[in-house]
Amino acid sequence: MKADPQNVLTGAHYLDGNYAIAEGAIAAGCKFFAGYPITPSTEIAERVSRRFPLIGGIFVQMEDELASMAAILGASWGGKKSMSCTSGPGFSLMMENFGLGIMLETPCVLVNVQRGGPSTGLPTLPGQADMMQARWGSHGDYEVIALAPDSPQEGFELTIHAFNLSEKYRMPVLLMTDECVGHMTEKVIIPPPEEIELIERRYTDKKPGEAWPYQENELISPMLPVGEGYKFHITGLTHDYRGYPVINAEAQAENVDRLMAKVKENVDDLTWLEEKDVEDAEVVVVSYGISSRVVQPAIAKAREEGIKVGQIKMVTVWPFPEKRIRELAGKVKALIMVEMNYGQVYLEMDRCAAGRCETYICGHAGGTVHDPGSVYSTIKDAVK
Amino acid sequence: MKPAKMPTEEFMTSGHLACQGCGATQAMRFALKALGPKTALVIPACCWSVIDGPFPHTSLKVPIFHTAFEAAASTASGLKAGLEMRGDTETIVLAWAGDGGTFDIGIQALSGAAERNENIIYCCYDNEAYMNTGIQRSSATPVGAWTTTTPTAHYKKRPKKKMIDIMAAHSIPYIATASVAFPQDLIAKFRKARQIQGTRFIHIFAPCPTGWKLAPELSVSMASQAVTSRIFPLLEVTENGLKWNVWKDFEPTPVQDYIKAQGRFRHLSDEEVAGIEKDVERNWQEVLAREKLSATIPGLDP
Repeated sequence: MKADPQNVLTGAHYLDGNYAIAEGAIAAGCKFFAGYPITPSTEIAERVSRRFPLIGGIFVQMEDELASMAAILGASWGGKKSMSCTSGPGFSLMMENFGLGIMLETPCVLVNVQRGGPSTGLPTLPGQADMMQARWGSHGDYEVIALAPDSPQEGFELTIHAFNLSEKYRMPVLLMTDECVGHMTEKVIIPPPEEIELIERRYTDKKPGEAWPYQENELISPMLPVGEGYKFHITGLTHDYRGYPVINAEAQAENVDRLMAKVKENVDDLTWLEEKDVEDAEVVVVSYGISSRVVQPAIAKAREEGIKVGQIKMVTVWPFPEKRIRELAGKVKALIMVEMNYGQVYLEMDRCAAGRCETYICGHAGGTVHDPGSVYSTIKDAVK
Repeated sequence: MKPAKMPTEEFMTSGHLACQGCGATQAMRFALKALGPKTALVIPACCWSVIDGPFPHTSLKVPIFHTAFEAAASTASGLKAGLEMRGDTETIVLAWAGDGGTFDIGIQALSGAAERNENIIYCCYDNEAYMNTGIQRSSATPVGAWTTTTPTAHYKKRPKKKMIDIMAAHSIPYIATASVAFPQDLIAKFRKARQIQGTRFIHIFAPCPTGWKLAPELSVSMASQAVTSRIFPLLEVTENGLKWNVWKDFEPTPVQDYIKAQGRFRHLSDEEVAGIEKDVERNWQEVLAREKLSATIPGLDP
C-alpha cells in the first residue's frame, strides 16, 4: 500500500533528526502519539502536537512515560498506528509496558533519542549506551527489533521502516537514535507518497465466534479488531493461541518460543547492513547510528596509508547480524566496534567472532561523538 | 495572613543558573530562610535540578539529593526514615518538586507518602508547565495557555488540576498555598509547617517569565496579581484536611489584567477571557464555601 498524500510533506526540507522522525511517523500513517517531555526527544512530540491536528491524528501529552507506553498499546488495539518517543530515564519507565507490547504482539513504534546515562546523566548530550537495555530492558525472554538512523534523512526513512516491521511482525519496534542525530539539522528529502511503501495491519478474515487473538500453529497471526463483535481476551499472562491465561510450563515454552521465533526465523529479512570495502579488508570497522558517520574520516585516512579497512554500518542492530559477523570473523584479521558506550553491541560481535579474529572496542562513556583520531588509533592497533 | 519577620541569613547565594525573574529561585530563597541550615533537599527532575549550578558556584548551602523524576516523595520518605533511625529528628527533609513532578509523574509517590503521613515537607513550586524541557504543558497549566505541546491552534482546554483538594483528601496535618509575591506569608507558613509532624504540603506559585512570555521584571507583579485576582488563593488547610482558611483581606484586581500581561494567553479572544473570569469566580466561591463548611464541622479548632 502507498502512503496517503495528505500525510506526506513531499519535497526538500531542512529538518533536525527529531522533526524528521515526526514526519516519518506521519508519512507512515501513524495517527496516535502519546508522549512525555524529556530532553533530547521532546521536539518529536512538539512537532507531532502541531502536525497531528492537521491530519486527523491525536496527540496526547501523558502524565509520565509508563502512561505513554501503555497508551500507544491501547491505541494500537484501538486500530491506529501509534508511537511514542523518549530518552534514557523515560525508556527505563517504559520497559514494563514494552514487555507487555511484546507479549500481546502489539504493533507500535518507540523512539529512544539516547543521551548519556546512567540515571539523569547527560540530558543534552549524546550516548549509545541504551543498546543493551533495548535488547534486554524488560523482564523475561524475548527478541526485539531495533533500528539505528545515522542522519535526519535516515530518521525519516527508518521511522517508516520501523512502522512497516511492527505491522509485519506484529510487535513493538525500537528506533534507537541519539541526541546528535536528533538535534542535527540537515537536508531531508521526503519522496512523493506513491514512492513510500507501507505495510498495513492484517486483520482476521474469520467471523466473530470463530477467531482467536492468535492462530494455532501460526507464527504471526492477523489481529482481531475491537468493537466489531469479536469477544476476545488478551493478557500479559502466559497464554495459548486462544489468548486466555494458561499457567504451566508447556504453555510458557510454546508462548515464549513463538515470540522469539518471530524474530529469530526472520533474521535474514530483518538484517540491514551497509558494507563498504569489506571484500578485501583485513580490518572491518562495525558501527551504527551517528558513530557510523564519525568513523568515515578515520577509515579514509587508514586506506590512504594502504591499510585495507572496510566498514559495516548496522542499520538494524537487533536482531544482531550474527551470520555475517561469523562469516567475516573467518576472513579478516580484526573487527572493531565503534559505539558511544563501553562495549555493549561489541559483546555480541565478540561472541560471534568466537576467537576466529581479534576484536576491539573503540568506545567511550558518551557526551560527545568519537574523535575520528581514536578510531584511527584503534585501526592502527588492530593491524600492528 | 500573619506576616513573619524576614530572616537576614541567606542559605541561597548568587551563582544560580535560573533565568531572569525566575519565581522558583525566589521560592527557594524564602523557604530556606524559614527552615534554616538543618534542611536536606530532595529534588526530582525539574528546573531546580540544574539551577543550583556547577561547582564551585553552587548556590545552596544545604545538601541536595537529586532523585528520579517520579520519586521525590518516596526518596524523601526513605531519607527521613534513615535520619530518624540514626536519632536525627531535627533535620527537615524537604521534597522540592516542580508542577510536572508533583501534579503528573510524581503524584503516585506523593499520594503514597501522604497516605502514610511520612514526616516530610513536600513543596511544589508551580510555574505551570515543564519549563526545564522547554515549556510543555502539565496538568498544572491553566486553561487557555499556550505551550509548545498546546500550540495556539489548540491551546490547553482543560483546567488546572486542583492539587490542594487532592492533598486535603489525604487527611494530612498541614497544607498551604504561598506566593513569591508574599514572602513574609510564605516564610510564616514554612515556619508553621516546621513545627508540625507528618506530611506537610506547600504549593508555591512561582512565575516563569521565559515560559509565560513575560518581561522578567513583571514576575513578582504577576505572582501578586494571581493572588489578588483570586486565580491563586492563599490558604491553609489544617485539621487533617478539614479546616480551610482563606486569605481575603486584599483589594481584588481584574483577572483580565493578569491574562493580558502574559504572552502565553495572547491568542485568547475577549469571550475566552470572559470564560476564564467566570471559572476563576466559581473556583473562588468554591474555596470560600469550603471555608464556611469548616465552621460547621464539630470539634475543629475555631
